[in-house]
Amino acid sequence: MDIRELQGYASFFMTIFLVIMLYGYIIHLYRSEKKGERDYEKYGNIALDDEVTSTPVEDKPASQRDYKEENK
Amino acid sequence: MQSNAALEYDYSLAKKFTFLTILFGILGMLVGTLIAAQMAFPELNYLLGEYGTFSRLRPIHTNTVVFGFTVSGVFATWFYVGQRVLKVSMAESKFLMFIGNLQFWLYFVGALLATISLFFGFSTAKEYAEYEWPFDVVVVLVWVLWGVSMMGLIGIRREKALYISVWYYLACFLGIAMLYLFNNMSIPTYFATEGLGSVWHSVSMYSGTNDALVQWWYGHNAVAFAFTVPIIAMSYYFLPKESGQAIYSYKLSLLSFWGLMFVYLWAGSHHLLWSTVPDWMQTMGSAFSIVLILPSWGSAINMLLTMKGEWNQLTDNPLIKFMVLASTFYMLSTIEGPIQAIKSVNAIAHFTDWIPGHVHDGVLGWVVFMIMAAIFHMAPRMFKRELYSKKMMEQQFWLQTTAVVLYFTSMWIAGITQGMMWRAVDEYGNLMFSFIDTVTVLHPYYTIRAVAGVLYVTGFVMFAYNIYKTMTVGKVLSQEPQFRTPMA
Ligand code: HEM
Repeated sequence: MDIRELQGYASFFMTIFLVIMLYGYIIHLYRSEKKGERDYEKYGNIALDDEVTSTPVEDKPASQRDYKEENK
Repeated sequence: MQSNAALEYDYSLAKKFTFLTILFGILGMLVGTLIAAQMAFPELNYLLGEYGTFSRLRPIHTNTVVFGFTVSGVFATWFYVGQRVLKVSMAESKFLMFIGNLQFWLYFVGALLATISLFFGFSTAKEYAEYEWPFDVVVVLVWVLWGVSMMGLIGIRREKALYISVWYYLACFLGIAMLYLFNNMSIPTYFATEGLGSVWHSVSMYSGTNDALVQWWYGHNAVAFAFTVPIIAMSYYFLPKESGQAIYSYKLSLLSFWGLMFVYLWAGSHHLLWSTVPDWMQTMGSAFSIVLILPSWGSAINMLLTMKGEWNQLTDNPLIKFMVLASTFYMLSTIEGPIQAIKSVNAIAHFTDWIPGHVHDGVLGWVVFMIMAAIFHMAPRMFKRELYSKKMMEQQFWLQTTAVVLYFTSMWIAGITQGMMWRAVDEYGNLMFSFIDTVTVLHPYYTIRAVAGVLYVTGFVMFAYNIYKTMTVGKVLSQEPQFRTPMA
């Protein structure tokens, strides 16, 4: 197998891998909404309510968020 | 950083870049119209000696509209949208203001000198990468400065969630940084020839097929990260804000984002179909180009569905009209591109006028329309005045829409005619037409395109005039409008 063929196979398997990741991401998005862990649609309001004095949609960095609490 | 009741967004940089967007827009499109006219009437090549020929002017057109007009538009909207969706004012950091201003002046002077250098034939002759290495260094510096102010603003934000537009602006920043650096790797000929060449003129570090591959990986992704990603960033902010409707599906916007990032980078080899690059790579380019329809239409449909239940706004707000038309043209060009990337179609389309036809339904219909809509939306907020004339916006809209349609339909016909004539053979396998036969047949279509150019530039000048009048004599607003842009 020469380098070209190897590159071809590498590209093929990487594609498969990335496709799985992407589908995994869709499942992740819908599942975490269904479980009530996150509400993605609320982020749409960031564009509508965007005064410098408006209350942020989310005011804690991701590491300190407790989604379950917030969405109760 | 302190909360302060009188705190306001600082639009000074957005304003400065808006002026540049308009300046480079007029310049780039005037040259575009001139070269379109030269294709129809070759005598126009000899107006200015060597400086006025098609070959000298074409790179001025492409570089001015891409790196001048579009990139200024990206900066202008970033310095507006960035602050608003992060809920932090540039004025809160003297450092960021300084970096922003430095970026502006370096960019302005650099872009002007770079354009002049092309005028004098100072060029590497690589498409969209014509600037010689000293200008590449300036481009890199400008980009680093933008990165610093962008990351800085993100660092001091109040809104912790990054709105989808910010993701797209970040992708634009990172994508262009990577592409530009890799493709512009070059060596001054002085060093490559042990003193025979010039210090200022450089040659690519890659050669042959590798050079072609890197070039089109860059060229195609310049379309992705300069003409698509930041323009989507704009539409995800300006369309919801102007219409008062949140994005139809935020999840779809996230998914399309990753889809676009994943797929775009692999599609570039569709520019090299039937050439000397490995076969699997050509097939991959074709396949990924077709898959690219999904994330592209995902974004476009999301924009159109944002208007669900609010379509009445389309008839009474010309700004919505500009943005909806832009999304529609985005859909058109992202279905057209994949069709051209099918190998058998490409065998006809490659090297023909269908390609510039495709480029321009994208840029004129999508990129320019979206940038103009963004500026129309920002102007009353930046200048605290009502838009000068709604009627003029309507006239401009129809004039430019007609121009885009004339441009791409004439080039579709020209391109397919040309492709078919080049490959037509008689029963013995001899070519049926010589090159000049095609030129004669195409003349009317080139004339139509030149007329389209005149109409489009006229519309753009009307836009510039409308903004100028808004700044100077528009009715003063006592309060910043929340959603719909006020216009007289
Ligand atoms: C009045 C409007 C415009 C006119 C009349 C015009 C005309 C032209 C012409 C005649 C060419 C050369 C085609 C060839 O070599 O066969 C060209 C190329 C190009 N133009 Fe424009 N243009 C306009 C606006 C724009 C804008 C606003 C953009 C981008 C924002 C743009 C991007 C490009 C690009 C990327 C190419 C290279 C296409 C390729 O290599 O296939 N143009 N344009």
